[in-house]
Amino acid sequence: MGVLRGGMRPLSSAYLSNTLRYALLIFGGVICFVPLGWMLSTSLKMPGTEFIFPPDLIPRPVVWSNYIDAVTRPGHPFFLYTRNSVVITLSATLGTVLTSSFVAFGFARIRFRGRDFWFIVLLSTLMLPDVVRLIPSFILFKILGWIDTLLPLIVPFWFGVNAFYVFLIRQYFRTIPLELDEAALMDGATYVRIYWQVVLPISGPVLGAVTIFSVLTHWNDFLGPLIYTNSVDLRTLALGLRFFMSRTGTDWNQLMAASILMLAPILALFFSMQRYFIRGIHMTGFGGR
Amino acid sequence: MEKVLSMLGTRTQLRRDVLGYMFIAPWLVGFIVFTAGPMVGLVYLAFTRYPVLSPPTFNGLDNLDRMLGDRFFTISLWNTAYFTFLGVPAQVVWALLLALLLNMRVHGVNLFRTLYYLPTIIPGVASVFLWMYIFNPDYGLANYILSLFGIPGQAWLWDPELSKPSLIIMELWRVGTMMVVFLAGLQGVPQSLYDAAAIDGAGLFAQFRHVTVPMITPLIFFNLVVGIISSFQIFTAAYIATQGGPVHTTLFYVLFVYRHAFENLRMGYASLLAWVLFFIILVFTLVQFRMARIWVFYEVE
Repeated sequence: MGVLRGGMRPLSSAYLSNTLRYALLIFGGVICFVPLGWMLSTSLKMPGTEFIFPPDLIPRPVVWSNYIDAVTRPGHPFFLYTRNSVVITLSATLGTVLTSSFVAFGFARIRFRGRDFWFIVLLSTLMLPDVVRLIPSFILFKILGWIDTLLPLIVPFWFGVNAFYVFLIRQYFRTIPLELDEAALMDGATYVRIYWQVVLPISGPVLGAVTIFSVLTHWNDFLGPLIYTNSVDLRTLALGLRFFMSRTGTDWNQLMAASILMLAPILALFFSMQRYFIRGIHMTGFGGR
Repeated sequence: MEKVLSMLGTRTQLRRDVLGYMFIAPWLVGFIVFTAGPMVGLVYLAFTRYPVLSPPTFNGLDNLDRMLGDRFFTISLWNTAYFTFLGVPAQVVWALLLALLLNMRVHGVNLFRTLYYLPTIIPGVASVFLWMYIFNPDYGLANYILSLFGIPGQAWLWDPELSKPSLIIMELWRVGTMMVVFLAGLQGVPQSLYDAAAIDGAGLFAQFRHVTVPMITPLIFFNLVVGIISSFQIFTAAYIATQGGPVHTTLFYVLFVYRHAFENLRMGYASLLAWVLFFIILVFTLVQFRMARIWVFYEVE
């Protein structure tokens, strides 16, 4: 009987009623959503009403002024912060995708002497915690005169410092038949052309995943900009959020509005590329931290 | 003839070598300049006094001496251990629970998958601010929810007893990555195993214990290892929300290193501290791999 009842369905369906299953799902959903909803609700409240206890869960009346106040706050050029974040995110991601795939091509498809040795070296750098790089990198950038510029947040990513992406792309490249390369070589193509015109065009899934994770990492990065930049002109959004807080008090409405503005592009990316996202996590077990 | 062939062979091999190194050159340069070089520097700096504004001077084992007598070194280690060893198992359990929910085959479950994952893509900084507001002792949502159950309000992040648990709750909200990893694993468990267990009379919980859990031990292991490594490095939340307080209860290790390096300008001492964290993480990871042999079950042996 149990077998018949279970049929081809997963274990839970044999035992839990539909109502109970939805109840559980909704309960979990509420827990996940409440903090987010609270963020949205606060950003739409009349300034001053965010200090009322017990709080109004739904803003009455709904006002949009917090968004305007947040982006026009005197002394805190929100659009400049946004521009800095965009510049860093795009340049670093472009560098990551191009360099990682180029290097990965070498590791995956050319049998050169010393390849295995260098690949093990590359893998071992995955073990290094960021904090170990932090101090010597800071000193290096100081010597180079790069402190208080955006260079430390961009240039290293054109040199494959995120070894994990190299590893990931290399694994993907190895699933592409080597016969493709051989055929192209016969036709007189160079390896660079094979990389660019044969392998890259059919590697959409892995490049998509790397792009998404890289965008998330750089857009959300806090420690890097905190350490390498000082001037207001170079602040990123992640750093800029901090200045809605002060000793005299915090403009929660504006802070939440600014947070939502910072979140919006990421959300758009998430919804438009959700498939790559999930597949990327399946490939890596990581989600852009 | 053979000589010619082998010469040709050497030549093509040489060509491959040149090409290979050309392709990995960007990484190789980056590795030397941004990783290997700095690492060697860090070893040296650990034995120096380096106040940033003047050049480093060798001071032997003074930093080590200082570390062993440093009360805050012990405090930050304890805080980090507390946060990690309570927080990460909690994250794993919670992520697995959510994944089990999402693995139920009902209409509209994809909508819930999106919803459950959503908190994870929120920028860390924004999430910290949001939770500071939620945990506000005077007008926060958390105390409001407690008040619905007649429980008196708490000071949360500002209470020395609750500061670390509050941060753990904050992290629990963002377990989406672990959750998706588990979900992929759950979907890979063959239905035939559940059917067989059901024939043997196993109930829901028995199936979970004897079928699901053994089948996903590699993923539990993976999530534990990755979770512990990243938890050891918690920084942003403590830096922004609590600044290490109240009474040093959220002085985590990386914050401690950061303060010495970039606020007190004791780069030499901070370098030693950074190395120590590296070794702690290394040892923990190796120990976990050792223990994994006992409890992690791989299908293909």
